[in-house]
Amino acid sequence: MEKGRLTQRDGFKTLVASLISIVIGLLAGAVVILIVGLINPSISLAGAIEGIKIVLFGVFSTGRNASGALSFGFNPVNMGNLFFRATPLILTGLSVAIANKTGLFNIGAPGQYLAGTCASLFLALSIPSSKMAPGLIWLIALLGGMIAGALWGSIPGMLKALLNMNEVIACIMTNWIAANLVTWIFDMSDLKNTAEGTKTGYIYKTSYNGVQTPKFGLDKIFRGSQINGGIIVAAILCVVMYIVIEKTTFGYELKACGANRHAAKYAGIHDKRDIILSMAIAGAMAGAAGSLYYLSGNTEFFWSTYQSLPSEGFTGIAVALLAVNNPVGTIFAGMFMSMLNISGMQLTYLTAYNEYITDVIIAVIVYLSAFSLIIRMLISGRKKIERSKVTGEPIVPAAAAAAPAPTADAAPAAQPAAGSPAKDKED
Amino acid sequence: MAFLIRQTLIYAIPLMIVALAGIFSERSGTVNLALEGIMIFGAFSGVVFVRIMQGAGWFAAAKADDNWMKLQGYLMLAMLVAAALGSIFSLLLAFAAINLKADQTIGGTALNMLAPALVLFLVRLMSKQNTLLLLSGDSASWFLIKKSMLGFGKNQDIGMLGEAFLNKVYLTTYVCIIIFVILSVLMYRTRFGLRLRACGENPQAAASLGINVIKMRYAGVLISGALAGMGGFVFAVTTANCSANGDVAGFGFLALAVMIFGNWKPLNVAGGALLFGLFKCIAAAYSTLDINGDGIYTLANIGISSNVYRLLPYLITLLVLMFTSKKSRAPKAEGIPYDKGMR
Repeated sequence: MEKGRLTQRDGFKTLVASLISIVIGLLAGAVVILIVGLINPSISLAGAIEGIKIVLFGVFSTGRNASGALSFGFNPVNMGNLFFRATPLILTGLSVAIANKTGLFNIGAPGQYLAGTCASLFLALSIPSSKMAPGLIWLIALLGGMIAGALWGSIPGMLKALLNMNEVIACIMTNWIAANLVTWIFDMSDLKNTAEGTKTGYIYKTSYNGVQTPKFGLDKIFRGSQINGGIIVAAILCVVMYIVIEKTTFGYELKACGANRHAAKYAGIHDKRDIILSMAIAGAMAGAAGSLYYLSGNTEFFWSTYQSLPSEGFTGIAVALLAVNNPVGTIFAGMFMSMLNISGMQLTYLTAYNEYITDVIIAVIVYLSAFSLIIRMLISGRKKIERSKVTGEPIVPAAAAAAPAPTADAAPAAQPAAGSPAKDKED
Repeated sequence: MAFLIRQTLIYAIPLMIVALAGIFSERSGTVNLALEGIMIFGAFSGVVFVRIMQGAGWFAAAKADDNWMKLQGYLMLAMLVAAALGSIFSLLLAFAAINLKADQTIGGTALNMLAPALVLFLVRLMSKQNTLLLLSGDSASWFLIKKSMLGFGKNQDIGMLGEAFLNKVYLTTYVCIIIFVILSVLMYRTRFGLRLRACGENPQAAASLGINVIKMRYAGVLISGALAGMGGFVFAVTTANCSANGDVAGFGFLALAVMIFGNWKPLNVAGGALLFGLFKCIAAAYSTLDINGDGIYTLANIGISSNVYRLLPYLITLLVLMFTSKKSRAPKAEGIPYDKGMR
């Protein structure tokens, strides 16, 4: 990359574009809060402003002081829970990001997440901890979850690579197949929580079998929170994936496939193999997300999930878009989404509003990401941008829904292969 | 049997109308993954409108007059409102996809995330819980048409078909069928339909013949939004007791499956919707265990889990796609932003 002025660098521009998305998203949330506050007679203007404050600084909220005003400061429970809830979001984000690097839109993360959850819970609960060390069971369960996720992710990968089926549709179908399959499997299993009468809708916590993620003393720092070592595992996976994608030949091949599958094939890259592997790795990450969330030992899985998909998978799309598909960036994007989550809960506790406003903010951010290019264009003050640049965007697979996406026709031939100087020369 | 037909229709109709929504958008060249989101938003708008009418005392007045025709009129009005608001909501997709040339998959996904979030946010504010119920009564008590209303005796035998199509039915079913037929004709037998389809196949060629591609694509997405919003409300009335909870149980995605299964053609889509509706009905009939069910029990006795029937539509769609991907009639230009300069 040319070392121009800081503001002219690509990385800087993408960062600014992401920050602008965040700011507009938060603004949209604030506007909704304000409008609702003005319309709803039971909420005063001061209440609306309190709501906006919580959305922005909810993590630092320490409740209300004696005089009833909001107080802020270091809140170990919120901070710890931020890390705990960030774990699955970082990993599903990583999953979507890796697939995007290969030009695939992994909307199948929810299904892979469920596959990972299902395998992990089965392994963690059915291997008796009297016969095997819980730590070992934990490891087996995590690996099992990742393998299950990888297998589930490789299905759309295979359909895409071998039959040229559109991966978006394949992912949507496999998502719902997973949702029904998981319900079915748990329905037949004896892992339903029958010990506590009211909880038969849930699967046992893994701690029933003594299996839970070690906390590495983190719970001493963030007292009273649900934090555990999962966040460390997630961060390590992100860094490993960064190295694999950016520093190895294999990663280069994946990116080349994403930039132009046909050119990559011409250059001697096994495009089919790489597409399948990319989806499998993405699936493994989403599987790890589900595994780590439920192996924590303090979360219960609602098994009758056939009517809805886990939101973590879809938030992963937001995380990846915000991180502009940078594996390390997903750590920060995931923590930001998790922070919104925590703010949402504080909003429910402390004000007349509820946590769903933060989902609105996330949706707005995703919506803006759909045309992040326009924002980036505005930053550089450029009126026009070459066609090649437009379609060379890694986040933009030619998204012809379903069936034989005529890749050759759809994607203009001018796409530069990843890593080629065309993109960097831009400025 | 009558019960089976009736139940199947209840599930098939929203699927059919929302799949048609998908057809209109995709054949004009815009991928509409946001069907689920638009349905959720439409359902919410319709339910809110019904609540407003209830609050104004219209429903109670009509009931007091024993004027069921009037109640059906209100139902139609609510359907219209749901369609209008679904259309407005889909403007977000149209604007991003057509004007800003944004990625349509991501745009659709964003709407799918936005709709439940916004709806749940408002529902919780309005009702302090996650479900927005009617102010009084339930869906059936206000809107269900019974044979006694149509002039038959309470115990009169009107035959199996009569039972299936005239007793305990919702008017929405027939309105949706009529709309489906009219719009299918519109798509295949009018100039507008031909132009719309041209924009999804080869927009540059269409433009060279003087067709305003931007306008046609907007029309496609807006019609799509109206149909999906209406379908969402119909779903809420017939299966969710006219309540809104930011969820349509994945029907939007199932409709997407129906559309692909039906190869983007209305008649095939209607067949696909009936088939998938039947699966949904069989899966649901286990849990409801309606007494009326002759034929249902034999299915239960086979001992196949209801999960299988729920899973089948998605699996079938995937298999159909696998084997027919060569012959697929997906619109050629769908998902590709229209660029005048690209020939």
